[in-house]
Amino acid sequence: MSRMNMVQAINSAMDIMLSRDPNVVLIGQDIGYFGGVFRCTDGLQRKHGEHRVIDAPIAEGGIVGSAIGMGVNGLRPVAEIQFADYIYPGCDQIISELARLRYRTAGDFFAPVTIRTPCGGGIRGGQTHSQSPEGIFTHLCGVKVVMPSNPYDAKGLLIASIEDDDPIIFFEPKRIYNGPFDGDPHKSATPWSTHPKGEVPSDYYTLPIGRAEIVRAGEEVTVLCYGTMVHVCQAAADHAEIDAEIIDLRTLSPLDVPAIVQSVEKTGRCVVVHEATRFSGYGAELAATVQEECFYSLEAPILRVTGWDTPYPHAFEWDYFPTKSRVAAALEKVLEMA
Amino acid sequence: MTRKPRLHIPLPPARPGADPDFSYVERVAAGEVARPDPHTRIRELSNDLIWRMVGVLDDEGVATGPWDPQLDLEHLIFGLRHMIETRLYDDHMLRMQRQGKISFYMKSRGEEAVAVAAAMALKPSDMLFPSYRVQGLQIARGRNLVDLMCQCLSNSKDMCKGRQMPVMYHWKRGNIFSISGNLTTQYPQAVGWAMAAAIKGEDDVAAVWIGEGSSAEADFHHAMTFASVYRAPVILNIVNNQYAISTFQGTAGGEHLPFAARGPGYGIPGIRVDGNDFLAVYAVTAWAAERARSGTGATLIELLTYRMDAHSTSDDPSRYRPKNEPEAWPYGDPVERLKRHLIKFGQWSESRHSTLIEEVQKQVEAEWQQAVSYGTMTEGPFLDKNELFEDVYADMPNHLILQRQQMLEYDDLREGH
Repeated sequence: MSRMNMVQAINSAMDIMLSRDPNVVLIGQDIGYFGGVFRCTDGLQRKHGEHRVIDAPIAEGGIVGSAIGMGVNGLRPVAEIQFADYIYPGCDQIISELARLRYRTAGDFFAPVTIRTPCGGGIRGGQTHSQSPEGIFTHLCGVKVVMPSNPYDAKGLLIASIEDDDPIIFFEPKRIYNGPFDGDPHKSATPWSTHPKGEVPSDYYTLPIGRAEIVRAGEEVTVLCYGTMVHVCQAAADHAEIDAEIIDLRTLSPLDVPAIVQSVEKTGRCVVVHEATRFSGYGAELAATVQEECFYSLEAPILRVTGWDTPYPHAFEWDYFPTKSRVAAALEKVLEMA
Repeated sequence: MTRKPRLHIPLPPARPGADPDFSYVERVAAGEVARPDPHTRIRELSNDLIWRMVGVLDDEGVATGPWDPQLDLEHLIFGLRHMIETRLYDDHMLRMQRQGKISFYMKSRGEEAVAVAAAMALKPSDMLFPSYRVQGLQIARGRNLVDLMCQCLSNSKDMCKGRQMPVMYHWKRGNIFSISGNLTTQYPQAVGWAMAAAIKGEDDVAAVWIGEGSSAEADFHHAMTFASVYRAPVILNIVNNQYAISTFQGTAGGEHLPFAARGPGYGIPGIRVDGNDFLAVYAVTAWAAERARSGTGATLIELLTYRMDAHSTSDDPSRYRPKNEPEAWPYGDPVERLKRHLIKFGQWSESRHSTLIEEVQKQVEAEWQQAVSYGTMTEGPFLDKNELFEDVYADMPNHLILQRQQMLEYDDLREGH
């Protein structure tokens, strides 16, 4: 075991897979010699060569499109889109091609592409460096969507993603690359070395895609969250002194429905939290699923705490970002209801 | 007097009721353009490759000039036969669509050489990324027509298991990729495939086709950039058949320079070739394949041709172009031109040609009978509808298992229930 932050854990996952599987290649902007703008590929080109860690032109459609072709020709590409906010030029290739290639060819062709991309706010990135577009991709049939909340999960899930024969959109919440963040920007940053999930095996391991994890057991209310919000929700439950059961979904699609149902049937209450905007957001799917599966266990309406339905702001970031106090207020409200 | 910009709207030369006017298509005599060594650096290539046009067969059917691939008789007859097979297959499938046996079809009449000659100039292990109008690739690579027909019928032997509309074939074993209705997506995919071949140190090349209309898509730019940057072993074809449904090639940007001219801006050689000249298409494809296979890099080929029939069975070209325009195309018909070439040298005759057509026609009809024995849209055997949920993922996730159960509970609307 060694202490790693999320960047190092992600780097380690790719390093191991480049060593284990000659068909693994990385492609993305600034990932090669420079090592990536967030340093996730630092040193990998030097170690594994320019033909395996490939600097790409600024063309997300070309990165995804060429990764599909590489996948069809037997490689296992890991494409980096520098910010999730820049993934849209690649969306035709993701939505119309990558997600549906296996289906449209009845399994004859597929492309085992992993697309890594940093997402989410809290870094003063404004509307072009802070978005959380996961709901666009969970709406697709044929891709899996993963978002880890800590270094240990990030490494195990990224290795599993690279080995998976299905396409994976792997979102990396960049606010927690260097340490868990409870939503309070005025507190000094906490490093991962102080967190149990900052203990990461140096060697190969995988975590199963499609499994949620209860990160805090509780009896009063179930909180469904992922990414940075896992830490915000834990802080909120502590702050409000509420016995909340917090579930880190980890894989957004396919969803671990049994884990959710088991918890909500126990607590009878549910709050859904994400950074992404609210209307037609991923939280709506979670709320609908809970309502369909657990209606007779519910003692109160399901509440959502999300980003507001505006573009991501720069100056008003902390009014937009779902903070500890907003989540705590929702937890208190859902306990007062009915 | 002040001058102001005025928005330019490209207009086709002739609308219905007018006489066809192909004065915008420059006439270039066969054999005029020199053939450079395929390893020549792009800076040293002549602009004649772009501004003029590579041709081999002259008006008399004589092969002339440096691009003559000097194919033997067996290859020429193979090419002729497969162009005819493509055409008769198309004709048959159009009739079947008109009779309601299939939902949709797209013919390639006039463009058979574009596909058949290119397939013949490449190795069987080279990977082809087709558009929807190069069915000749499949046929020249020896695909059973029954397989293509079953796909169009969405029947029990459909290689797509009923998941794609007609003509969206693929052929894993024959190294032909899946066709997408989203245009030009295959361009960067072909480049990526070629990059992978180079990464692995293999000498297979990729070849990819789009129409001139869809060269306007962003994926064209992505593919050209990546092909150039990584010197990918890929052959990038633009089939300029003058029309994107009703929109003539000027609206895709073809008024100013040939589409082949888009290559050099990216650092990729462009070659314009007479797409109705079987020998020229073969020769240019072989040139580009040699360039790619030796590591020199990609080539952009513009194949000048004419879409003789409707875009698809949902289209009516008499609403936007003169009815007799196909006959006026200055570069003729690819099947007739290769036939004339063979006859000119005493290797072929009208009667042998008629016999071949009859033979292929019988073959097409027999294959159709076999195909429909595997089912049609209205008559069984049908595909198992459980297949609807297969292959979304490598392993079926729980929510799809549940949805499949739900579907099976509500099958009362299906015919026969």
